[in-house]
Amino acid sequence: MSATSQVPDQHGRFGDFGGRYVPETLVHALEQLDLAYREAIRDADFLKTLDGLLKDYVGRPSPLYFAERLTEACGGAQIYLKREDLNHTGAHKINNTVGQALLTKRMGKQRVIAETGAGQHGVATATACARFGFECIVYMGEEDIRRQSLNVFNMKRMGAEVRPVTTGSRTLRDAVNEAMRDWMSSVQDTHYILGSVVGPHPFPAMVRDFQAVIGRETITQAEASFGKLPDTVVACVGGGSNAAGMFYPFVDHSEVELVGVEAGGRSNLLGDHAAPLTYGQPGVLHGSLSYVMQDEDGQTADVHSISAGLDYPGVGPEHSYWKQTGRVNYTSCSDKEALDAHGKLAQLEGILAAVESSHAIAKAMQIATERSPEEKVVVCLSGRGDKDVFEIARLLEEEI
Amino acid sequence: MSAIDDLFGRLRAENQKAFIPFITAGDPNLAVTKAILEAFDAQGCHLAEIGLPYSDPIADGPTIQASYTRALADKIKVPDIFSMLSEVKSLSMPRVCMTSYSIVHRLGEQKFLEMSTTSGLAGAIIPDLPLEESPRFAGLCKEHDFSLIQLVTPMTPRDRALRIAENSSGFLYFVSVTGITGTRDSLPEDLLQNVAWMKEQTSLPVCVGFGISRPDHVRELRDVADGLIVGSGIVRHLESCDPANPEETIQKVSNYVGEMIAALK
Ligand SMILES: Cc1ncc(COP(=O)(O)O)c(C=O)c1O
Repeated sequence: MSATSQVPDQHGRFGDFGGRYVPETLVHALEQLDLAYREAIRDADFLKTLDGLLKDYVGRPSPLYFAERLTEACGGAQIYLKREDLNHTGAHKINNTVGQALLTKRMGKQRVIAETGAGQHGVATATACARFGFECIVYMGEEDIRRQSLNVFNMKRMGAEVRPVTTGSRTLRDAVNEAMRDWMSSVQDTHYILGSVVGPHPFPAMVRDFQAVIGRETITQAEASFGKLPDTVVACVGGGSNAAGMFYPFVDHSEVELVGVEAGGRSNLLGDHAAPLTYGQPGVLHGSLSYVMQDEDGQTADVHSISAGLDYPGVGPEHSYWKQTGRVNYTSCSDKEALDAHGKLAQLEGILAAVESSHAIAKAMQIATERSPEEKVVVCLSGRGDKDVFEIARLLEEEI
Repeated sequence: MSAIDDLFGRLRAENQKAFIPFITAGDPNLAVTKAILEAFDAQGCHLAEIGLPYSDPIADGPTIQASYTRALADKIKVPDIFSMLSEVKSLSMPRVCMTSYSIVHRLGEQKFLEMSTTSGLAGAIIPDLPLEESPRFAGLCKEHDFSLIQLVTPMTPRDRALRIAENSSGFLYFVSVTGITGTRDSLPEDLLQNVAWMKEQTSLPVCVGFGISRPDHVRELRDVADGLIVGSGIVRHLESCDPANPEETIQKVSNYVGEMIAALK
């Protein structure tokens, strides 16, 4: 079976993966959301408003930048960076939240909830809610609140309420649980702006579509800049939204190699990484069937990454489909490799990347080293690193 | 005919309603769960729901979440739960489990069914396996005479509720509120009406759950529902259970269940 872009089907299936494993209370709301979404993307006014916001508010298109000194240092293929870090709020997350906020308005809802790990999606949601005048509540694990205090401050400054989550591992996965529980009671007047290509149908498809602007722009910019499609495209994979947005427009261009990079953490032992596509197996988490880290009973396993945004035991179902069909190559890189790449990019290009994105940079540097200078490697630089300064400083002092 | 069909057949003939308590397997350990199931039976409970603890229960409120966390803290394993259930096969009340599809999927649908039936379970409630995702598993359950109990909620449109009722077996679980499990002071105003409507549409028994925790809730609902399900109201008694000296907790649960059953009559 080869991968196609004509997924998911009406049940939200990407091949064997996806679906809608949620309590009955949410099913009707998800059906309504699916309907509203499919109507919206066929409505020229909706699309025009969204394009306007992406241009004037988010600052799109984001540049495709030739990283000359990084390329030189690797001594192989030419490395280009898709600069999602230059978006308003500093990451790709805003592409999705602006889209979903516009949809929230269209559905006549006034209250928005969201989960966040690194805080980037929380900030992007708080931003869009401020822009549209919605009440905004962001669920965030206590451990992540500690790691990402800057983003917590910014969310509050924009009028959002940040609710600490103290259950389980106190990270992204628990924040998703709490947001879903809120939604179970509030679904009549509340929209849940899920931040990645995970969760029940239609979220994986909808978030991918809102993020696909990344890949579409890359195609246009690549053709303008070097007259062909890139040979290889690399993105980091947490829940998988920046990767899905980057990869999706390339899926039917089978000559383009796609590489997804998961968080390899400290080691390949269970609990030491956050790489379900590399080390996990299919299971159900947060409403869809996809690769996940579980124990032999189906209990979600603890995961680890230095990057809060990749510290998640599951992954979007379309990635599982791309893995199964072999369309995307999934690999991982360690905490240490990511930190090293973060330093390299800072020193060679004057760009402070998010630790999440640094995973993709690390892998792209390895790939470029092995390839010829005629080849072009595009990396999705999904976000900037301001949020990570304290955590990186702490790690450099204590462990490196 | 599963044991649940028999049960409701009998209750209907006697014009009686079912009292259905929920308990988390392994909170604080399986010995206590077993003793509580025996106490349920001794008090005359009609059917028991045993929760298989799951790490990420999105339909559950703080009380049941905390209970699952306590059970999992002890590294409880699914096969151990089934072993315990095999030891209570002689109880007269039928037993069903309540679990997340994550656990069923990981075990494998076929294996889950085999383990369930071997350990004497008459059915299962899988809240995160809605109608659209359940046909294959529902087919397997049918082959094994194993009831797959489906849920209807206040958010379910009426035409969908009919389809769910058609595909449910054993009974239909009518969720009283839009929200998660947990005790509530009062039940929604239109609940009686909605349950009455549902009952007119189906020959399946309709049992109501979520939020029911007091004898006056039981009195409010006993005339319209075929059965009442109580979860958090029971589980909260386990919060203070001392695993070394569980007798007091077991007695409290038993008394509570006794009071609730008395209110059924
Ligand atoms: C900059 C950045 N990149 C990547 C991610 C990972 O998310 P996803 O895999 O959905 O792109 C995050 C998540 O917070 C992020 O902030």
